[in-house]
Amino acid sequence: MTREEVEAVVDEMEIDGVEQREGNAVPEGFNANYLKVYYGKLFPHADMFKWMSYGNDGKHLGCDHSYFGRREFSFTLDNDIYLRFQSFNSVSELENSIREKCPVKIDIGPVYSVDPAKRRAYAQTGDNVFTPVERELIFDIDITDYDDVRYCCSGADVCLDCWPLMTVAIKVIDTALRDDFGFNHILWVFSGRRGVHCWVCDEKARRLTNEQRAAIADYFRVYKGNENSQKKVSLIGLALHPFLARSYTEVLRNFFETKLLSSQNLFSSEERYEKILDLIPDESVASELRGKWQDNRRSSNSKDDISVTRWEQLKHLLQSGNKKAQGLRRCVEEIVFSYTYPRLDMEVSKHMNHLLKAPFCVHPKTGRVCVPIDPSQCEEFDPTTVPTLSQLLEELNIGGMKADADNDWDRTSLGKSIRFFRTSFLQPLLKSCKEDIENSYSAKLQHSKNSISW
Amino acid sequence: MQTVRTQRKPLVNDVFSPLPLYRSAPALEVRLEDFELFAMDRLRVLKGISDGLSRGKRAEEMVKLEKDLWTKNMRQPHPSEDLNKDIISHFVLRLVYCRTEDLRKWFLSMETALFRYRFGQKTPEVQRALMAEFGLSYKAVSNSEFESVKDKLVQVERSIGQKDVPTAGAIFYKVPFEEVPELVASRRVFILKGHAYIAANQVVSLVATQFRSHLSKALILTNRKWTSTIREQENDRLSPIVEALSTSYLGPDYSQPKGFSEISVKDIEALAKSSFPLCMRHLFDKLKEDHHLKHGGRMQLGLFLKVVSHGIFWHHCPMLQAGLILGVGLKLDDALSFWKTEFSQKVGAERFDKEYAYGIRHNYGREGKRTDYTPYSCQKIISSTPSVGDHHGCPYRHFRLLFGSKSYPSGCIKWYQSHAPSSGTNVSEGAACGLGPHIGSKGEGRGGDGGEENLRAALSKMGVNSRAMEDVMDKVQNRHYQLACTLTFEAVHGASCDSGINHPNQYFSDSQKILQAKNHSNAA
Repeated sequence: MTREEVEAVVDEMEIDGVEQREGNAVPEGFNANYLKVYYGKLFPHADMFKWMSYGNDGKHLGCDHSYFGRREFSFTLDNDIYLRFQSFNSVSELENSIREKCPVKIDIGPVYSVDPAKRRAYAQTGDNVFTPVERELIFDIDITDYDDVRYCCSGADVCLDCWPLMTVAIKVIDTALRDDFGFNHILWVFSGRRGVHCWVCDEKARRLTNEQRAAIADYFRVYKGNENSQKKVSLIGLALHPFLARSYTEVLRNFFETKLLSSQNLFSSEERYEKILDLIPDESVASELRGKWQDNRRSSNSKDDISVTRWEQLKHLLQSGNKKAQGLRRCVEEIVFSYTYPRLDMEVSKHMNHLLKAPFCVHPKTGRVCVPIDPSQCEEFDPTTVPTLSQLLEELNIGGMKADADNDWDRTSLGKSIRFFRTSFLQPLLKSCKEDIENSYSAKLQHSKNSISW
Repeated sequence: MQTVRTQRKPLVNDVFSPLPLYRSAPALEVRLEDFELFAMDRLRVLKGISDGLSRGKRAEEMVKLEKDLWTKNMRQPHPSEDLNKDIISHFVLRLVYCRTEDLRKWFLSMETALFRYRFGQKTPEVQRALMAEFGLSYKAVSNSEFESVKDKLVQVERSIGQKDVPTAGAIFYKVPFEEVPELVASRRVFILKGHAYIAANQVVSLVATQFRSHLSKALILTNRKWTSTIREQENDRLSPIVEALSTSYLGPDYSQPKGFSEISVKDIEALAKSSFPLCMRHLFDKLKEDHHLKHGGRMQLGLFLKVVSHGIFWHHCPMLQAGLILGVGLKLDDALSFWKTEFSQKVGAERFDKEYAYGIRHNYGREGKRTDYTPYSCQKIISSTPSVGDHHGCPYRHFRLLFGSKSYPSGCIKWYQSHAPSSGTNVSEGAACGLGPHIGSKGEGRGGDGGEENLRAALSKMGVNSRAMEDVMDKVQNRHYQLACTLTFEAVHGASCDSGINHPNQYFSDSQKILQAKNHSNAA
């Protein structure tokens, strides 16, 4: 396990006892018995297998039948035992192992050159043949990284006032992955508590080298500096790069001005507006604004939100004709970027061998299922109404009496998520995998024909 | 490559190329002395480049540095022999530097930086020929396509501060974005549906990427050959030379701190005050304050503190400063108890054992792939990319954002953008890419930079007086972080540090030497 993985694992391993909530037939929270039922009746084993096989489970001669078996899965068990390098050769092996071990968390790693379960045998040869060869391009965005720009919650808490920061992140990154990088098969997943994960599954994405992954992650990186640097976003140059310009005009500006300003009351107290004034490089402008706002307590007579009013004042001053200096104009954008631009966990994206929690896991702390998020409807997503384990079991109990659906999950609120996963992600993905396999197979045939025919 | 002893034979080469791509080992005969001497000379060039980069030299300074280094070390009495020396020295160093991951990484970065510089010096014709040699035959973007994306291309050029904005005549190539990772990383290209539009002057990046990837693969193969056959076969001849080369240190000679003692947990606090460099002192203080450090901080401080055994270390050290750099000297058991004391106050002892102890044992090579990790060098720390909540990195660089104050001379944007993503290779990028002036400098009038204040406060806590403080800050402004650290060292210890600070553990051991000498003289 690399160091980053240890970190990733460690950060998620906060498993508590069962929390009880009154007024609910099935007690809220998380326990091993519920999980057994969940894995037995609801978890979409077959879909996960189909996904991770990328078409190699078919009958086509071009299929690589060892493919799925070289994928690493990792299980975190109830007693904090961590099993790495699990591998499975079929959907039934996968399903049986999950049902039997009942992991509180399932992580998905890369596809290795050889079966990861047999890595020790290969290590004997000393030739370093055990190495990751394929891995989805992944992103991890965590709301805790936004603690300096949200006032409603902190740490692992999240509410409907700060969740839109995640929505913005999804929009910015998703658009760039499709329009700039040309990827098509992208899965966004709620991480179960405080963030989102992104899986880019195009063949090209899966085969990126670490260097190329790092390049994409850096392309997305605007937020720099550590705890001690006060200014974290610095936009330079005469213009913004087209990607940043598009993100700004299509997503960030509007979100900042119409939502974040008032939902987070960004200018409502001295402490808060000082944080923004700190981002203005020209002391005279900052003190002019400060002066205005300090005596401006009476502005309560105005019906407008005080944060909106003050933002307009700030913009007006920075963008007015006599403040032509490029840096000051750029400063408005810098403030918006500082408060809204996605903050990625860079290390997760940079290396092939980073593990990421599988979709449809249940978050051990919240009991919520890690359901996919539709990026085209991401505004609608509400993390506080995501089905919980106990809710699903209750639905199962009630539905059990009717028992007319084909699938158990169809009777629960998980059905919507699984249907979305299948129709919007899995089916198009498998269709293009099939084409890829056929194309590369016929290319290979052609090639061998040519080399024989001379 | 054949090796012959002393008698001199004319060196022949049939593939004349002004800039060799080192695609295959040449069939040359090399005298054994030359084998070693040539390699030493090239090593001086690479080491010089490495030093220049770690001192944060600007692109145009790097160009001059590389030119000087090359002229001084690689020119032969007869210009006709230059190419042979170039090729031979490269292949000898491949052998020397193929043997561990760290060595390969260092060699790869420095050779790529060198190649990039040399490519940049060539005429467009030669550059095109070299591209063809790599099999990079891209067609220029057609006029109509150019018109369709022109606005975006202009936007990119303006965003990276190019003076001349692309016109109809400008040549752009369209390549898969994966082939120009460094241009993607620094957002220096327009990307549309998976293709990057690169300007003629960015071709160097494409070629350097190819160069790097070929060399990277070649190094792995060389390593296999070395371990499977060469080492054995050349046991009496080349192997000793190769082994010696990778540990020879070309800078000033430091005595080996062999008798360096181990320390125990209770000493750490005092040592932190007296002998830790600012980066470690800061981490240590934060750890005491928060009883927690994020991963990057745990690594940086943890490895600094640990004991390194001489033997393992010699082979791992890419900086060739063997003997100079040692951990502070905390054994695994002590390290565990040290971290536990702090972390358990925040997360509890049980959680520490479950979640963090693994990482510490891992650092000591007792878990996972069982590599005994070596402490981070200044270069590595400076080029790290700390984020929210992180305390690692180089305080001189990371406490304040680079563009926070003062106006910066041209080129620094490029340096920052390309340097920040931590791989040393893209650093000389700017060299070949026609740097524009620093646009959008909001230099003047930027008042109180919070980061700068933090840095000043931290320095005065270390005991840097106000006069020395200004000298330190001056170095910081000019991005000479290691020099800033060196000045801090001198101010704190009241003694000079001629060698400069290149490694936190060097800071520590130099500090200890001075303090121990003082103690002795006091006692006497």
